[in-house]
Amino acid sequence: MAAADPLRPLPVPVRAVRRELEDVFTLDLDVSAIPGGIAFSPGQFMMLYAFGVGEAPISISGDPHDGQTLVHTIRAVGGVTRALWELQPGDVVGLRGPYGSAWPLEAARGRDLVIVAGGIGLAPLRPVICHLLRQRGDYGRVEICYGARSPGDILYEAELRRWREAGGMEVRVTVDHGGRGWRGDVGVVTDLLARVRCNPANTLAFVCGPEVMMRFTLRGLRGLGVAGDAIHLSMERNMHCAVGFCGHCQLGPLFICKDGPVFPWPRIAPFFGIREL
Amino acid sequence: MEDLKHIILEHPFFAGMDDEHMDLVAGCARNMRFRDGEFLFREGEEADTFYCLRTGEVALEIHSPHQGAIQIARRRAGDVVGWSWIVAPYRWYCDARAIGEVRALGFDAVCLRNKWETDKVFGFEMYRRFVPLMLASLQATRMQMLDVYGRR
Repeated sequence: MAAADPLRPLPVPVRAVRRELEDVFTLDLDVSAIPGGIAFSPGQFMMLYAFGVGEAPISISGDPHDGQTLVHTIRAVGGVTRALWELQPGDVVGLRGPYGSAWPLEAARGRDLVIVAGGIGLAPLRPVICHLLRQRGDYGRVEICYGARSPGDILYEAELRRWREAGGMEVRVTVDHGGRGWRGDVGVVTDLLARVRCNPANTLAFVCGPEVMMRFTLRGLRGLGVAGDAIHLSMERNMHCAVGFCGHCQLGPLFICKDGPVFPWPRIAPFFGIREL
Repeated sequence: MEDLKHIILEHPFFAGMDDEHMDLVAGCARNMRFRDGEFLFREGEEADTFYCLRTGEVALEIHSPHQGAIQIARRRAGDVVGWSWIVAPYRWYCDARAIGEVRALGFDAVCLRNKWETDKVFGFEMYRRFVPLMLASLQATRMQMLDVYGRR
């Protein structure tokens, strides 16, 4: 989508709204009227504008091969996202983007892939999984490790089941705690890494979730023997302009909106875990 | 006894243990089997056995009056279940329930404690194997306490 003014949003209608969890929902946006739809790469984000309220950066969580529908899974936590929560099919939102860097799927061809997600961090990785399902033969072993707080907090639960049943990828789900009826894993997502089967020398890892979870996942992946430059993380910061003008999302010399949100670990290692950043 | 020793040797917890200590361990061991839903132990009971899982899974649970049983961890084949038997007053702090059929090696806790009281090197060897498991569990518990997936 090439707009003359990068800060001017394009109005698009909401096609469908799904309530995923207590405070998490998915918007399907109809971009079929835009010539060529909206082409994006997995890992990129859009700026969504709730008219009269404001803008928020939201990861794209739909199928990158579907140019007619743009899918966003959103947690309602602030003024803008709560306004987006109120939208109904037929309502209009403003769109800018796509922005930012992508998961390195080309570099992953022919290699094993370990995908680690926590909580709503599965949403920016869903386009990767959609792509893998379409082009499964291009990749080696695929392992998905997903952690949530409880069975009731599992995002895309039915889809996780379908991905597992589709075969061709190992899907492991764990919860911090569960009731007696829960038959899946219990424990933190890093516990799942001990059971991952991959060739560490030929593995890429994509990680998205709360920063503290990513920190411990990094240790787990390095413990498996995965090289630091084969680990990619999606970072989250307070993005406002999305084009590197405003500096709200600055991390050391990097702008999360422009240089990220997906980074190879060595690029952000000097700034990762610095308490003031 | 030799058959049991062979089975114990196959369990990762005892990997590399020397023959003399393996004899001490085997003298306190027996094979055990639990049906789906059966409890290996319940909170508050005397911690008189510890378990090395051979097959199946075990849910560690804490019962809450208003929420029922809450699973807090899962152990599976190759894992060890229980260390309350090491530290007085030797009482379990949670329930351990079999998920599916479970086969395990069960070790008489009093038997083992008596042996490492008289053989400090054996005691050190056992502690050396337990401490990393305790550390891993403590770290996992800290992560769970952070509730990292919650609303921010």
